[in-house]
Amino acid sequence: MNKILSGNEAIARGALEAGVSLAAAYPGTPSTEVLETIANQYSRIHAEWTPNEKVALEVAAGGSYAGVRSLAVMKHVGVNVAADPLMTLPYTLIRGGLVLVSADDPELFSSQNEQDNRHYARFAKIPMLEPVSSQEAKDFTIRAFKISEEFETPVLLRTTTRISHSQGVVELAEPVKQCDASLERHPAELVMLPANARRRHPLIEKRMIKLKEYSNTCGLNIMEIKDTSLGIISAGVAYQYAREAFPEASFLKLGMPYPLPDDMIREFAGKVDDLWIVEELDPFIEEQVKALGIKCRGKDRLSMCGELSPDKVKSAISNQECSSAAQIELPGRPPSMCPGCPHRGMLYALKRNKCFICGDIGCYTLGFLPPLDAIDTTLCMGAGINHAHGMSKAFGAGKEKIVAVIGDSTFFHSGITGLLNLAYNDGAAVIVILDNRTTAMTGSQNHPGTGITLEGQATIDVDIETLVKALGIQWVAKVNPYEIKATRKKVKEALESEGPAVIISESPCVLLKSRNVSGRVLRVDSEKCTGCNVCIGLGCPALELRQEKAFINDLCVGCGLCSELCPADAIGGDI
Amino acid sequence: MNILMAGTGGQGIILASDILAEVMMLYGCDVKKSEIHGMAQRGGSVMSHVRYSKEVYSPIIPLEECDILLSFEELETARYVDYLNKKSTVIINRCRVSPPSVIAGKDTYPDVTPFIKQKTGKIHFVNGNDVAGELDNPRGVNIILLGVLSTLLEPEESLWVEVLTDMLKDKIRAVNIEGFLNGRAVQLK
Repeated sequence: MNKILSGNEAIARGALEAGVSLAAAYPGTPSTEVLETIANQYSRIHAEWTPNEKVALEVAAGGSYAGVRSLAVMKHVGVNVAADPLMTLPYTLIRGGLVLVSADDPELFSSQNEQDNRHYARFAKIPMLEPVSSQEAKDFTIRAFKISEEFETPVLLRTTTRISHSQGVVELAEPVKQCDASLERHPAELVMLPANARRRHPLIEKRMIKLKEYSNTCGLNIMEIKDTSLGIISAGVAYQYAREAFPEASFLKLGMPYPLPDDMIREFAGKVDDLWIVEELDPFIEEQVKALGIKCRGKDRLSMCGELSPDKVKSAISNQECSSAAQIELPGRPPSMCPGCPHRGMLYALKRNKCFICGDIGCYTLGFLPPLDAIDTTLCMGAGINHAHGMSKAFGAGKEKIVAVIGDSTFFHSGITGLLNLAYNDGAAVIVILDNRTTAMTGSQNHPGTGITLEGQATIDVDIETLVKALGIQWVAKVNPYEIKATRKKVKEALESEGPAVIISESPCVLLKSRNVSGRVLRVDSEKCTGCNVCIGLGCPALELRQEKAFINDLCVGCGLCSELCPADAIGGDI
Repeated sequence: MNILMAGTGGQGIILASDILAEVMMLYGCDVKKSEIHGMAQRGGSVMSHVRYSKEVYSPIIPLEECDILLSFEELETARYVDYLNKKSTVIINRCRVSPPSVIAGKDTYPDVTPFIKQKTGKIHFVNGNDVAGELDNPRGVNIILLGVLSTLLEPEESLWVEVLTDMLKDKIRAVNIEGFLNGRAVQLK
């Protein structure tokens, strides 16, 4: 039976067909749908959201140690969080197949960088597979588990946004039986203290030599010889772009780009006149091919930044400019916080109190945009609290108004340790936890504060206030960010307090059913409106300026923030 | 065949392109579809590439190779002119969603028609809301536009209706199939 699946759905299907028992992940675009598909459709697999990616990989490794096939899924920057276990896992005995999916994001559609995670395969010394289509995403998932068990190693399955989120026709097959968990003790292979790890390291090096032989013969790397005047080595979606641009060229398609099939590469290079390496981001393949002493071209013409496309590949290899019409300047549509978003009131209150706001990863990062201009730093998950602490230490307590904002899911992910440090080291920064009861940016996933698991079971609902106090923070307050004046007052109190302070800004995401707004559109009394623009300063997509007066469009959900702020009392309706 | 759908977040482009892809698969084609999720959902531009033939390589359409551009919003049409050639057909829904700079009074909403005409003369305007008429289904314009598009494609009405029946949820099925058929009845001018 054939079905249209996205790359992520196909990986989930592959996990089912491969007999996977356990899957763990933290949501992150473009990887999120893998676990959602498993949880929604394949209930025989235990699937869970973990607080962060390190936990996900370690949980999956636990499954593997118990002898069952296990999957960990994350976006590219998530692998940084999981890098600690990843580097040592290859030293340990992998019993049940262990596959790590890394979904990279060239072009930064929804990320803070565009790092190339293929380097992790080389860094951790593990094999890597890279599908070019949804069909391969499914097939390679199954294959990755076989390789993992045959070579007793974790396997990296690397996708990019275009593979994870593109859809294609996939032929479905029957799932195989899941393995039963079995308890075995292998302390010499599972306890990584120096004496054991020292003995395990040479095994990794031997394994990599065997995997190189495997790479040459396994059928995952395929030579397609046509016109030999142009030969292209490629992998992932870049292969599709190159095929589109040069359908008559000869190809070496690398389904297993690490370790590289050296013999095949030499053979292929010998058959073609002009050899090009077409890959997105870094010259990962190109540098290794050059290290074999083979002359080839690639990144001297193909950009290391952003996505490729059929046109970019064509223009690079044929040395012709991309054809392009004269563009008119079109007004952009940058993403913005939703109408009625509870973050808006809090960010506005901080801005009005003239705070320097260390941001974090989540919807509130969009508060960076004008007219709010409310985010001053954003680096990675959990960094904002630590920035704020470091900055306020640099200035000395009470000198500058340094604040950090962090969402509830990001707080659970990697904010807790930062807050502990703030309390431990006598910090003075004000930390605002934007508790909207969900992981909003990736499409409303549950987390340890929501009381529901990925599989829909009722579970614990961590009380953030209790947790914050347990970490040693004594000044803690809760606010409703829709009550803008009370919120501003509380921010002022926090800034004036001695020592670290935490404000929990509590209101559910406006996309949740539990949202704290009326849902009804407010109206401006144009007689009363003085055109002062105070409401426009909120940056709400529901507020427009028409004939120099405020106008509320149908996007309004009635949160009432603008109504409370309006100095002329011109905004009314059902709040 | 390369079909590009363009519009803004919340207009139902993803569902419309899902249905198109399903129809073409059942019609016997290899199909690929590509769009960007994530931050695009927050009020941004949305585009979906649907490609079908015997075998499709790239999931995205090369520049100047779009056969049909189905645009759900006037301004968004102009963002994709690089994909058009002189044989391309462009269907534009009469709908304007003001971008933030227009809302803030810094830009005016541009007339994009002359710009598209530089690439192709085959431009058809449709008013999805008018077609919706008495259906009382304001969110169903996507399926109406899919109905308009379907008249330019090979599969028969029965296959479209079969897929719609299969893919739409109970509550919205009947009204959307009616919308689809109304869209199919629109004469392109």
